Amino acid sequence: MADIAVKSGRVIDEAAARARVLTGFKFRDTAFRWLTLSAAVIVLLLLGGVIATLINGSIPAFKAFGFRFLFTNVWNPATGQYGAPAAVYGTVITSIIAMVIAVPIGLGVAIFLTELCPHALRRPIGTAIELLAGIPSIIYGLWGLFVLAPFLQQHVQPLLIGLFAKVPVFNILFAGPPYGIGLLTAGLILAIMVIPFVSAVSRDVFDTVPPLLKEAGYGNGFTTWEVISNIVIPYTRVGVLGGVMLGLGRALGETMAVTFVIGNADVIPTSLMAPGTTISAAIANEFTEAVDELYTSSLIELGLILFVITFVVLSISRLMLMRLERQAGR
Amino acid sequence: MSFKTLAKVGLIAGAVIGAVVAAEATDISGAGATFPYPIYSKWAAAYKTETGDSLNYQSIGSGGGIKQIEARLVTFGATDKPLEVADLDKNGLVQWPQVMGGIVPVINLDGIAAGSIILDGPTLAKIFLGEIKTWDDPAIAKLNSGVKLPSTAIAVVHRADGSGTTFNFTDYLSKVSPDWKAKVGSATAVQWPVGIGAKGNEGVANNVVQTKGAVGYVEYAYALQNKMTYTKLINGAGKVVAPTAGAFAAAAANADWAHAPGFHLILTNQPGDASWPITAATFILLPKQPKDEPAAKAALKFFAWAFDKGGPAAESLDYIPIPAAVVTLIKKTWADDVKGADGKALVN
Repeated sequence: MADIAVKSGRVIDEAAARARVLTGFKFRDTAFRWLTLSAAVIVLLLLGGVIATLINGSIPAFKAFGFRFLFTNVWNPATGQYGAPAAVYGTVITSIIAMVIAVPIGLGVAIFLTELCPHALRRPIGTAIELLAGIPSIIYGLWGLFVLAPFLQQHVQPLLIGLFAKVPVFNILFAGPPYGIGLLTAGLILAIMVIPFVSAVSRDVFDTVPPLLKEAGYGNGFTTWEVISNIVIPYTRVGVLGGVMLGLGRALGETMAVTFVIGNADVIPTSLMAPGTTISAAIANEFTEAVDELYTSSLIELGLILFVITFVVLSISRLMLMRLERQAGR
Repeated sequence: MSFKTLAKVGLIAGAVIGAVVAAEATDISGAGATFPYPIYSKWAAAYKTETGDSLNYQSIGSGGGIKQIEARLVTFGATDKPLEVADLDKNGLVQWPQVMGGIVPVINLDGIAAGSIILDGPTLAKIFLGEIKTWDDPAIAKLNSGVKLPSTAIAVVHRADGSGTTFNFTDYLSKVSPDWKAKVGSATAVQWPVGIGAKGNEGVANNVVQTKGAVGYVEYAYALQNKMTYTKLINGAGKVVAPTAGAFAAAAANADWAHAPGFHLILTNQPGDASWPITAATFILLPKQPKDEPAAKAALKFFAWAFDKGGPAAESLDYIPIPAAVVTLIKKTWADDVKGADGKALVN
């Protein structure tokens, strides 16, 4: 009896200890879950806070102008009339110019690094490209203003004007006078800033292509070009698109570099060489001296529009990346 | 005890008392206009060594300065664009001009020396409206007989950022050109009919220097420091004047401050033969009943010191001190309007 009692006592002790340990695990798991959950929720709350602030700040402007704000091309603090089209136009056009230049170059860099580059050079070139992403935008702005703009003004823009003088459409897009700064210069600067994003993401997704596929291609007598265009690009199409979208997100929101070289005129120019403005440049330029409520509110509404544009672009890119991940897991 | 020892003891005692005073020194905080920042910080440094009181001025722009003083987050606010009397009353503020500067048109034309081109207000307005497109336009030639003007196209450069400089410049153009007033108007940022926008005085200066045929406007100090070609102007009295410290001071002295409630007066196009037409003052905003009375009192002491002793420092940075007659008016306003919680004036 006594033996059993002792034994069962030990059994009870062991069971209790086991239960304690298990509860401990469970507790730690629960705590960990809540910790990570709250981290995720904080991000959502912050995002919600930003949206709420922007919406709240734009109410006076929305009350005054309604949806006319989006369609009336006027920005006149002297009379208290505000509208977004010029800034939205500049934002979109400079981003398009940037993507047209940056996507082929960024893809080229990524293809070279993953498929063609000698191993010894991969790291230095990759690092150099990524360093481009690390340069502060104000430095790009200064470089653009002091080096790139005068160069474009003296050598490139007169050439473009002469070259396209008799070509329809292009003679409007490349009409003088060559100021050196303007939409085209801003687009160029943005392109340089976006290239590292496109090339880094593309390189990473190119690395996800199974070697087996490529070897099969080479086994069938494909040239390197055929392997890249028929296997690598189709396999990673969506991922590359995601990288492009991330770059586009950066181009849309870039402020300082653009402010320096875009010319800051509240107009919708037909020529790419004419000065224009972007949403972020307008906000950065005018916010500090914007005194009355409607002025500030209009600037905040511009910010809200930019937020919506960027949000849509980035959401699309996230969706595409998710599709790629599913594809890779298949 | 020798005289030397006495002096030493005196010195040490002085240092100790000085340290105690410094420890009890008041911190004055201010925020606002960027234009007067260099002189406010220079004054603050000199004032701190003299009295121990320190001034912390954040140059966040006039808009920010006005918002911060309305919310009573700082001891004083600073703005380049004076507030209307109604706004002052609504927010319980007093306002006065603290220091002045001049704005000058700058140009970049081959073979044209500083001050050898004369412009008048209406012509300047037409240039900035884009109606006068080349330098050999008859309107410019008429004002400059004897000067060989090139046929270069005019490239207009203006400020891109909101600024008191733009406010005063466009205010001047509005006063001299009905056309400008109707089409553009005056504000810290306006819808410019032509030209490119550059950031800050340095941006405008740089773009004018880089572009042949350019015309822009910058603060006098920038034109001097960058050795830029400025123009002379024909003022309201019809006289040709060059931008000089004397011409700016004349504009301030000839202005009718006594009949300007709340010192709401813009110094452009003031009467007088010697007045430079684009002169600008920058203003201080202070609550009539400050929450932090010691800080407000210290701020008023600082500004009085700046009026009395800060002139040479201002001139060394190409600012223009406020004329003595106006300072008397300002000090009277302080005594009349700035009251403590007990209803008594903070300073006499």
